[in-house]
Amino acid sequence: MSDTPERSMAAKGTGARMPRDVIDSLERLALPIVWVVTIAIFGAVRPDTFLTWSNFSTILGSQAVLVVVALGLIIPLTAGDYDLSIASVVTLSSMIVAVLNVNHGLPIGWAILGALATGAMTGIVNGFFVLYFRINSLIVTLGVGTFLHGVTLWISDSQTISGISDWLVTVVIVTRLFGVPLGFYYALLLCIAIWYVFSYTALGRRLVFVGRGREVARLSGIRVDRVRWGCFIVSGLMGAFAGIVYSGTTGAADPSSGLSFLLPAFAAAFLGATSINPGRFNPWGTMISVYFLVTGITGLSILGVSTFVQDLFYGGALVIAVTLSQLVRGREERLA
Amino acid sequence: MEAAIGRDAQRSGPGVSLPPVLRIENLSKSFGGVRALDAVNLAVGHGEVHGLLGQNGSGKSTLIKILSGFHEPDPGARLWLGGREIPLPIPPGECRASGISFVHQNLGLVASLTVIENLLVSDLAAENRWLIDWRREVQRARELFARYAITLDPTAPVARLSPVERAQLAIVRAFDQLRSVRRQESAAGLLVLDEPTPFLPAHDVDALFRLVREIVADGASVVFVSHDIDEVRTITDRATVLRDGRVAGTFETAAMSKGEIVRMIVGQHVDLETMRPPPRRFDDRHIAIRGLSGGAVRNFSATLRRGEVIGLTGLIGSGYDDLVYMLYGATRADRGSIEFDGRRLSIADLTPTKAIAAGCVLIPGDRQAAGAVPTLDVVDNLSLPVLDEIGRAWALSERALGRNARGLAERFDVRPRDPSLLFGALSGGNQQKVLLAKWLQLSPRLILLDEPTQGVDVGARAQVFAAIAKAADQGATVLCASADYEQLTAICHRIFVFARGVVVGELVGSQISKSMIAETCYKNAQGDLSEVFS
Repeated sequence: MSDTPERSMAAKGTGARMPRDVIDSLERLALPIVWVVTIAIFGAVRPDTFLTWSNFSTILGSQAVLVVVALGLIIPLTAGDYDLSIASVVTLSSMIVAVLNVNHGLPIGWAILGALATGAMTGIVNGFFVLYFRINSLIVTLGVGTFLHGVTLWISDSQTISGISDWLVTVVIVTRLFGVPLGFYYALLLCIAIWYVFSYTALGRRLVFVGRGREVARLSGIRVDRVRWGCFIVSGLMGAFAGIVYSGTTGAADPSSGLSFLLPAFAAAFLGATSINPGRFNPWGTMISVYFLVTGITGLSILGVSTFVQDLFYGGALVIAVTLSQLVRGREERLA
Repeated sequence: MEAAIGRDAQRSGPGVSLPPVLRIENLSKSFGGVRALDAVNLAVGHGEVHGLLGQNGSGKSTLIKILSGFHEPDPGARLWLGGREIPLPIPPGECRASGISFVHQNLGLVASLTVIENLLVSDLAAENRWLIDWRREVQRARELFARYAITLDPTAPVARLSPVERAQLAIVRAFDQLRSVRRQESAAGLLVLDEPTPFLPAHDVDALFRLVREIVADGASVVFVSHDIDEVRTITDRATVLRDGRVAGTFETAAMSKGEIVRMIVGQHVDLETMRPPPRRFDDRHIAIRGLSGGAVRNFSATLRRGEVIGLTGLIGSGYDDLVYMLYGATRADRGSIEFDGRRLSIADLTPTKAIAAGCVLIPGDRQAAGAVPTLDVVDNLSLPVLDEIGRAWALSERALGRNARGLAERFDVRPRDPSLLFGALSGGNQQKVLLAKWLQLSPRLILLDEPTQGVDVGARAQVFAAIAKAADQGATVLCASADYEQLTAICHRIFVFARGVVVGELVGSQISKSMIAETCYKNAQGDLSEVFS
């Protein structure tokens, strides 16, 4: 928006020493700045191992799955719903790819379609219970997620299935562009697509209204239930896509490890909501958060800190991020 | 003064020598520069049911809120309970200990808990009880209900009770809560019933009144707040009328006719606001509503012409405010149809989306929760209904939306003239202008309003009126639900007055005046027409 400095000064209140615009930009860019500072610190301590292109390309490529999961979360979150089943969709869909492709010998294309259909179906079921029976999404998706994990264990006999088509592995992790595996670019494309929808389409605007003021949205003629259902389906599809990328990354599917994506994805989504477009879930903030968190963990493990640091880091980040976004929101409400 | 109170108390109550249960002297309360209460004196005798009457804004609820410790009165007021002077202000939560118990309109019951849990809730909140003997409590509740001939199962969830059973429970609970006070003091305590009846059918009101009489027979005194003059005449011994924050009169209820009471409530003072809508010739095209039922409304039909501003009013609970929401599909109607220029829609199947498509818009009474999102900026809020029209839905132009918003802010004089502000940062009047702009930019055919100037300052009020008049000039039909008679007088060509869900009066053109609306509302609360003008 075209905004002259004095107007926005008047708008945001008096008494601030620094021009309001500077504070705003600092807030927007705080996360990327902190990320760069983190890189600089680890780089200074371990320039030989940390500051290498191969280290970065590994970080970028290996975390594509987490980025997709986190991006999938911010869609229902923007509309005011939680999707806790997304991590189970990741595991289930990667397992479906493996079962169909390896055990049943189906072409990889059909296996992928099967996985995506499962994701969409999960979204439909989540939406059905949330919208028709007016049950809190937290409870519905928690239950559906656990149910899906049961299905995963059932169809896989609780075994890891390896030997997934080389083609999938090739297009996800083996092929590199500028030294970075293709998986990263899939996540990047999704991020750009969501950013465009959130910023430049009527749909994106309506999504925000559905999340912030459901009654306002309804009385403004938005078909609130349809929008929320759509969000569940999209997050289901994104979870399935993450699962496909995940099975491509390892060439195998195991029945449990995907579940560990849930907490880091929430941490990244909420941390992302504190920057770039503070106060709103936004794809760039989310993607940067994922890499910021992973950079910290990678750096600490290079320094020789044990693996428990991962839980400390993600758990702490989630609580701090939610606190920060609450503060941003609280400030907006005080303004109101 | 002293003598008068003593005499009243003696005459009304059985306890001849007892002091009044409640005595208030010189009670005033100002909000900013506005005097909500002005030197009010009130005395409620022992064993008396005392009515408290007055229009919206007359100071009734301010008085109740001071008694319950919610507001602090202006200095200079004095208050006695059972002859003992109580220092003001009453600390919130302390009123029960001093012997006053309240039943508010919403009754204060938790629907998902059982009758017995609701009955004990204040004991549980106030005392640390580590062991509740449920069997004994249930037994005690059964005895309590039996004494007042109420058939309530203590273990049933409140959600399953009928409206009248809930009201009975709330009243018995309020009386029961005073039992500790009753044990200590000579006075039996005071029960304040703040409009407990508007949602009850007539025969249930009778049941409730039987309960009130039994409680009074057990020694309590009651302050009965109501809009309904017939109810006040049925149940009260004496009544006090408040008007513009002052006591307009206190009287023996039996000695007053309904018409005299109405006149005391409405007052004979001249309307200060003499604004009237310009007379207008309406063209033939019209909107027809047929057989609309739902909520409290029963079988409403009307023909609305283009360019006409129509008011909907009535006392609380009469259903007039449900109508606009049902016509928009915001709350569900049971049946009925609406016809726009020959095109017929079923109101029961209406949704806001369909209503908007048919050229109908709603500006709800609750601006912050239903009108716009306070934490989003004015541009976002203004753009919502026109996202598809301005530019393309799949390639929005921030600049075009901003330009549209600035144009609207100019046209509707939204101040400050900066649409990048958060909606919640604006004053009430400017928020309302934003809402008018948001919807009037669609050039709707039917504009539905609920209390359009609630919490709006005087200057913005005139601008809101002007915007409504202009929309009507351009051919829109306006339906405005409001309990603000002055506002209705200022903008409406025609007014429907509701009571118990049906239209009981239609005022047109020169018949419309503030006092005429008020009279129609009050005299029809039970449908008694002849007495007022006798």
